[in-house]
Amino acid sequence: MKIEGKVWRYGDNIDTDVIIPARYLNTFDPAELAKHCMVDIDENFAPNVKAGDVMVGGKNFGCGSSREHAPVAIKASGIPVVIAASFARIFYRNGINIGLPLLEIGDDVKKIRANDVLKIDTATGTIENLTTGDTFKAQPLPPFVQGIADAGGLINYIKTKK
Amino acid sequence: MGMTISEKILARHAGVDSVEAGQLVICDLDLVMANDVTGPPSIKEFEKIGRPVFDAEKIALIPDHFQPAKDIKSADLAKIMRDFARKNKIKHYYEQGRVGIEHVILPEFGIVAPGMLIIGADSHTCTYGAVNAFSTGVGTTDLAVGLATGKAWFKVPESINVHLTGKKPKNICGKDIILTLIGKIGVDGALYKALEFTGEGVKELSMTDRLTISNMAIEAGAKAGVFPFDEVTQLYVSRRVKKTFEPVTPDADAKYSSTVEINLSELKPVVALPHLPENVKTVEELGEIKINQVVIGSCTNGRLEDLGIAAGILRGRKVHPDVRCIIIPGSQEIYKEAIHCHWIDIFIDAGCVVSCPTCGPCLGGYMGILSAGERCVSTTNRNFRGRMGHVDSEVYLASPFVAAASAITGKISTPEEVL
Repeated sequence: MKIEGKVWRYGDNIDTDVIIPARYLNTFDPAELAKHCMVDIDENFAPNVKAGDVMVGGKNFGCGSSREHAPVAIKASGIPVVIAASFARIFYRNGINIGLPLLEIGDDVKKIRANDVLKIDTATGTIENLTTGDTFKAQPLPPFVQGIADAGGLINYIKTKK
Repeated sequence: MGMTISEKILARHAGVDSVEAGQLVICDLDLVMANDVTGPPSIKEFEKIGRPVFDAEKIALIPDHFQPAKDIKSADLAKIMRDFARKNKIKHYYEQGRVGIEHVILPEFGIVAPGMLIIGADSHTCTYGAVNAFSTGVGTTDLAVGLATGKAWFKVPESINVHLTGKKPKNICGKDIILTLIGKIGVDGALYKALEFTGEGVKELSMTDRLTISNMAIEAGAKAGVFPFDEVTQLYVSRRVKKTFEPVTPDADAKYSSTVEINLSELKPVVALPHLPENVKTVEELGEIKINQVVIGSCTNGRLEDLGIAAGILRGRKVHPDVRCIIIPGSQEIYKEAIHCHWIDIFIDAGCVVSCPTCGPCLGGYMGILSAGERCVSTTNRNFRGRMGHVDSEVYLASPFVAAASAITGKISTPEEVL
C-alpha cells in the first residue's frame, strides 16, 4: 500500500485508554468508536482527521489495555498506517491482526513533526518525509507475521488455511 | 542450553523439546478467556471463521467489566456473551451473583493451574503467572482465532530475572514490590519480554502478593510475569485445582536477558503518581496530597488478604469527612468471607461504600467515576489520564495499606500515620 498523508503527531506511552476511553467501550461499532478516538488528549483529532492522514507516536505506543477497540478506532478514523519509535506488544499484534500496518522506526521518529507530509510504502517499510526531505526505513516483520499482514489480517489468514 | 519457565511452557505446548527466545511458535492453548467488553467483538470475529468452538470446557467467558449492566448498551454486550455461552455450552460462564472479577475467580475456582498456557482478551491475563502458568493478554481477533482453533502464535520472549532477596517488612505487600519494580525499569522496561521471579525472597510472598505482582507485569510492558512453583503454590492449588497439572521449574543455566535485584527488606510504602505507573515515589517523599476518593478492590488488590489489610486499618476508625471510600470484593466467596470475618461491618461503620464484585471504577466504567480535578488513591493498576473518569482527574496507585490509611487522614499517608 502506498500512502501520502499529513501527520497527527503524539508523544511517548500513548495508552489505549486515551486512544479510546473505556466510557465508549459499551459498543464495538467502528464508526462510533472513531467519533471518540484520541478525545482525551486531542479534541481536534476526531472532527478534523481526513482519510489518508497518518498517525505518528513515540515509544511504547498503544500501551495498557488489550482493547482491540483502540486500533479499530484509529483505522475507522481513516488512518491507514501508524508509525512509532516502538509499539506495546498487544497493540502491535492487534494492529497486524486487523490489517492496520504499524511501522516501527526507533529514534528516527524524532525527525517527524506534526503536519509534516509523509510518503509511505507499507510493503517495503520506506518512509519519505516530503516536508523535510528525510527518509526512513521501518523494521521488517518476521515472514510468518508478514503473511498475516499480507492477508489483510488474522481472520482472512486463518480462512485461507482451512 | 537451559530454559526459563516461559520457554519450557511454550515448548511443551508447541510439541517440541526446546525453544529459544525470539523463535516463533504455534502453541496449543489450555484456556481461552474473554470478558463482557472483549468477548462480544471476539464472538463477531469468531463467527466470520465459520468453525465450532475448539473445546467448550477450555473457554471462560466472564461478565465483570460493566456488569451488573451499567447501561443499555452494556446490557446488550452481556446478552451477546450470555447467548453465545448457552448456545455453545461454555463450561466456564458465570452469571451475575456467581461471577467475580475474572483474574480473581479463575485462580480461586482452580480453573488456572501450574504449567498451563492461557490467552485472555484482557491485558491483566498475565495475573496467572503467579500460579506458575504462562498467560498473556491478547486482543479480540487473536481471541476469536483461539476460540475456533485452540491455538495461538507466540514469539518466545526473553526473560528478565527479577531476583528477590531479604524479608518483607511489616505493612508492605505485593503492590509495593511491583510498583517499585516498575519504577526501576519503566513502563516499557520489559517490552516483548517476560518477567520471571527468582531468589530466596519468593518464599516471603503470599499467593495474594504474587497475584498482585504478576497482575501488573503488563504495566512494565511484559508479556507475562511468572513465579516458580513452591510450597505456597502447592498449598494454594491443592485446595482448588481438580485436574492434574505439571509444575515448571527453570533450569539452573536458564538464560535471562538481564537481572534486576530487589531487596525486600529495604522496601517502603510507595505510590505511583499520575499519569503513568512508573512515576513511583515513597509516601514519605510526598508533601501533603489531599484526596477525594479511595478505591480498594480490582483484579490487582481485591482479594481476601487485601480486604483484611484494609479492615485492620479501618477498624474503629472513620473515613475522613472529605473522602468517599469504595470497597469492592473481587469475588462472591471473598465478599462472603469478609462478612463472616465482620470486615464488612468495619467498612460500613467506618463510612465506606461496599459494592458487589466488578471492575467498575478501575477503568472508569462505573461505581466511582471522578469529576474534574478530583484525586483518588486506588489499589487498581493504571493511572493513565482519564482512566477513572474526567480527563483532569488524578489516580494515585497504592497498596491497600496506604489506601486505607489515606481514606482516614484525607491525604496520602503511610499506615504508620494512623496505627
